[in-house]
Amino acid sequence: MNRSSMWEAVSGIVKRDLLLAMRRRSDAAMSVFFLVIVASLFPLGVGPEPAVLRTIGPGVLWVAALLACLLSLSRVFTADYVDGALEQMVLVPQPLAVLVAGKVVAHWLISGLPVVLLSPLLGLQFGLSGDALGVLVLSLLLGTPTLSMIGAIGAALVLGVRGSGLLVALLVLPLYVPVLIFGAGAVTGSMAGVGGEANLSLLGACLVLSLFLAPWATAAALRIALE
Amino acid sequence: MTVNWSKYSAPTAFYPLAGRLIPWFSVMAVALMGVGLYMGFFVAPTDFQQGESYRIIFVHVPAAWMSMFLYVVMAIWAGVGMGLNARLSFMMAQAIAPTGAMFTFLALLTGAMWGKPTWGAWWVWDARLTSELILLFQYAGVMLLRTSIDDLRRADRSSAVFALVGVVNVPIIYYSVQWWNTLHQGASVSMSTGSKMAATMLMAMLIMTIAFWLYSIAVILARVRCIVVERDSLPVWDEKPAVSQEVVEVR
Repeated sequence: MNRSSMWEAVSGIVKRDLLLAMRRRSDAAMSVFFLVIVASLFPLGVGPEPAVLRTIGPGVLWVAALLACLLSLSRVFTADYVDGALEQMVLVPQPLAVLVAGKVVAHWLISGLPVVLLSPLLGLQFGLSGDALGVLVLSLLLGTPTLSMIGAIGAALVLGVRGSGLLVALLVLPLYVPVLIFGAGAVTGSMAGVGGEANLSLLGACLVLSLFLAPWATAAALRIALE
Repeated sequence: MTVNWSKYSAPTAFYPLAGRLIPWFSVMAVALMGVGLYMGFFVAPTDFQQGESYRIIFVHVPAAWMSMFLYVVMAIWAGVGMGLNARLSFMMAQAIAPTGAMFTFLALLTGAMWGKPTWGAWWVWDARLTSELILLFQYAGVMLLRTSIDDLRRADRSSAVFALVGVVNVPIIYYSVQWWNTLHQGASVSMSTGSKMAATMLMAMLIMTIAFWLYSIAVILARVRCIVVERDSLPVWDEKPAVSQEVVEVR
């Protein structure tokens, strides 16, 4: 298996998934709208005191980003599973883990990147300062790909299982906890003057570890689901 | 004399073996639990800082150790099942999950009961408590994933993959008191520096750990027997009626 054909397969999958997402733009827009609405609910529920909002802001935004990612997980494999495209992907000569990585990249571009780009705006709603906004964007940039990676494992495990929407949340949310802690910790750290570097490094470590391990676990789960 | 151990990888051969082993492990577990609790409550000296309330350590620490240890054992059986395609390995993994979840819950419960008099709070959000709570969620996830999938083979293998993915959490729990500066006290027993406790305290704790371990084996073997019988009634085994007969006789 030469290198270029693997790269072609990955870029082909990414292009295809992006094209499919462009054809059904409302699907991708939904998770972004969800993020905005959830983030807007908290000031209404907790009350508009700026000090309180500034304290809970990083955590709320991270939880909202996490839930938005969770809601879009069912779209990663379900359509391909239903129309049989997934079975064809298992049969191609390129390793399944590599193709899975392509699908996860596409998922992040569709549902993770908009969250990262929108986060400074939502951070302003919570009165975060300039530095904190920068760290928030950086932490989401490092963290949301990890969420997509881990989420893909869960999405593959519950493929075609009854009650899969709720089940994937129960499986994946505990695994999201470290990312949430480090991500929100980086922003609160920079607001408290401690700096977010340590937590950002840990987020980077999580990303590297999940990039390395998650595609294999996802591929194994997909093979089980397709048996 | 050489024993053909691979013979026992067949659930039907393992079933009577497990039945013979259960009484031994049960009796030893009860005996050691009696000794350990007696030593813990009556022999071990009172702690100069925490008074009598520290005595819950004799349940709390062994339960916490078992919760992590059983998760790793479950993941190993799951991995063996995936690698060798052995049905009994998946059954072992399935049987371990509820006991592991029970010990995780016990560790959290006794921790809360210990935390109230010493920290003044039932629960604090520190790294060790949170990661132990996540471990409980993972046990729940493994069990829920299994029960949600009707196809046995897929249920076995999917929950095995999830169990293996979750192993990442175990070292995080174990080292959390060293990596983060937390309210939870550091390890009292360590491989490198030895123990910081009185000898009788340590002895009682180790005896309780062994007792919990033997108890886990007894309960897990009993549960494996139930699983063998349960799966036995499935149409897959219908072609071998003699097998069911043998199981019934042994019972």
